[in-house]
Amino acid sequence: MPRHPGAGPRGRAERVGAALRLITLSAGAVLFLVPFYLLVRNGLSTNRDITAPGWTFFPTTLHFENISTLFADPAVPMLRSMVNSLVISTVQTLGTLVVSALAGYGLARIPYRYANVVFGLILATLLIPAAVTFVPTFVLVSTLGWVSDLQGLIIPGLFQALATFLFRQWFLNFPQDLEDAGRVDGLGYFGVFRRIVVPNSAAFIAAIGTITFIGSWNAFLWPLVIAQDSDSWTVQVAVSTFLTAQTVNLSQLFVAALFSILPMLLVFLGLQRFIVQGVQSTGSTG
Amino acid sequence: MTAAPEPRAAARPGLRRRLAGDQNRTLWFWAFVGPFFLGLLVFVYVPMGWSIWLSFYEARNTVTPTVFVGLDNYRDMLTDPAFLSSLGTFVVFAAFIVPLTLAVSLGLALMLNRVGVLRTFFRSVYFLPTACSYVVGALIWKLSIFNGVRFGLANTLMRAVGIEPVAWLSVTQPPWYWLVIVSLRLWLQVGFFMILFLAGLQRIPPVLYEAAAVDGAKPGWQTFRYITFPQLRATSVAILVLLLINAFQAFDEFYNLLANAGASGGGGYPPYARPPLVYLYYIALGNQQDFGHGSAGAVILAALIAVVTVLQAKFLGFGRRGDQ
Repeated sequence: MPRHPGAGPRGRAERVGAALRLITLSAGAVLFLVPFYLLVRNGLSTNRDITAPGWTFFPTTLHFENISTLFADPAVPMLRSMVNSLVISTVQTLGTLVVSALAGYGLARIPYRYANVVFGLILATLLIPAAVTFVPTFVLVSTLGWVSDLQGLIIPGLFQALATFLFRQWFLNFPQDLEDAGRVDGLGYFGVFRRIVVPNSAAFIAAIGTITFIGSWNAFLWPLVIAQDSDSWTVQVAVSTFLTAQTVNLSQLFVAALFSILPMLLVFLGLQRFIVQGVQSTGSTG
Repeated sequence: MTAAPEPRAAARPGLRRRLAGDQNRTLWFWAFVGPFFLGLLVFVYVPMGWSIWLSFYEARNTVTPTVFVGLDNYRDMLTDPAFLSSLGTFVVFAAFIVPLTLAVSLGLALMLNRVGVLRTFFRSVYFLPTACSYVVGALIWKLSIFNGVRFGLANTLMRAVGIEPVAWLSVTQPPWYWLVIVSLRLWLQVGFFMILFLAGLQRIPPVLYEAAAVDGAKPGWQTFRYITFPQLRATSVAILVLLLINAFQAFDEFYNLLANAGASGGGGYPPYARPPLVYLYYIALGNQQDFGHGSAGAVILAALIAVVTVLQAKFLGFGRRGDQ
């Protein structure tokens, strides 16, 4: 793209175009931020303020006590749900990283006669979206007695063909020279993997990790199916339950929702570089 | 098989070394791939097989059924108006959300790609909803923006310009609920696909634009039509497939936007606008606990998705080769 718009009509059109772009992007940005603003506004308002006929864009008083009321309410297991979500997402992310990185490396680097068959069976599961198998998986998990149990929420989510596929692609492009150097030093497959490949893939592992974590935290259908008693609810199930309940306490619902996305917003703003990289690696192999 | 350990004359290796040594590649392969593959077998392949088996049985409230019904469950599902209308719901939903997401995310990526200083800021803003869950998105849309009563944001704005308030989610004529559902998903997923398009744009070699400029192509539509768009073809095809699969799996926002009190029991969800997964959820896990019909439905859906994906890849793949 021309960096320095020259003089004459062309340069002027260029400047008008740039201004139009900025205006459009800014208007869009405001629209995209409004929902977040509403979440905060409603979460820190009283029910009466939310339902007031005169809509105030900037409420004059913010009710931070809504936060303590939410976490003190025994009828709403908010803290418990958040802890559940944190445990599930963390274990699922670590587990997925270990299991998928190992499998991806094996597929990329260890010659084996039937490797292609195994890889084909893994790829085939990408065609069948996991959401469609939720009925039979539920049947299996309930037979194992894992309903309303954290392991029922965690373990079936550990085996993600997409993560393994992405790791395989990544390791295929890993510089072979580095690995050879490790082999000369007497390392076996596992030694090379642990001491050379993993440390040099930290950014990619972080990318897959953050995406897995956000996906796991935001998952809804599976927790809805499995977490049947409130002790095993995740935040998404908890918020959804209040949302579809008979009587809705609006400000409490919004403040609960606010807290359910706060950890993700922090992860997102802190690790955005990795997320963008991870999304790009998802897309470029698609 | 190749697993026979090689005998070594000198320095007899210990058992451990012989078993786990580098030469035993089969063992190493399974040490690395085994845990994942076993999990896949247990949690994907076994349920799939089980589902196919269950789909041939009358299985209400039980997963160890005894009454074999052959293809009856499939026939019931394929003639069930509610199941068919759930497929129709998916078609309508996809017809709106797929082209809209494609166009908006491409448009944003093109604009962002030409913005200098504020690029990172805008990218973050448009990408931010990706961090938000569909549950929370549905909550904001349902109870704050498109609330059917006066204090909803949309109705407040409309009243300001003299339009009557609209009951967004509870009327089917006119079907305003589609606007609510589609705009929510658009907000949640546009940023993700914008990032994919941005990555695609950055992979286009600048030489192409320089060559086009030399050949007299005007920047703007001509460059886009002859350089950018063809170069983005692979990215666009991948995004199209992803968007369709995502739309097929729609559950969270439909469930949360439209379900009312007591929804977990199967009541309170209106009969309109049930996408396939929501319908299956109510059949298999609602009051009926009908695993036979639920499984048959899941098998039909899985087959449909597989067929559509393969056809699409083939069709678009052929098109691509034909162009070159």
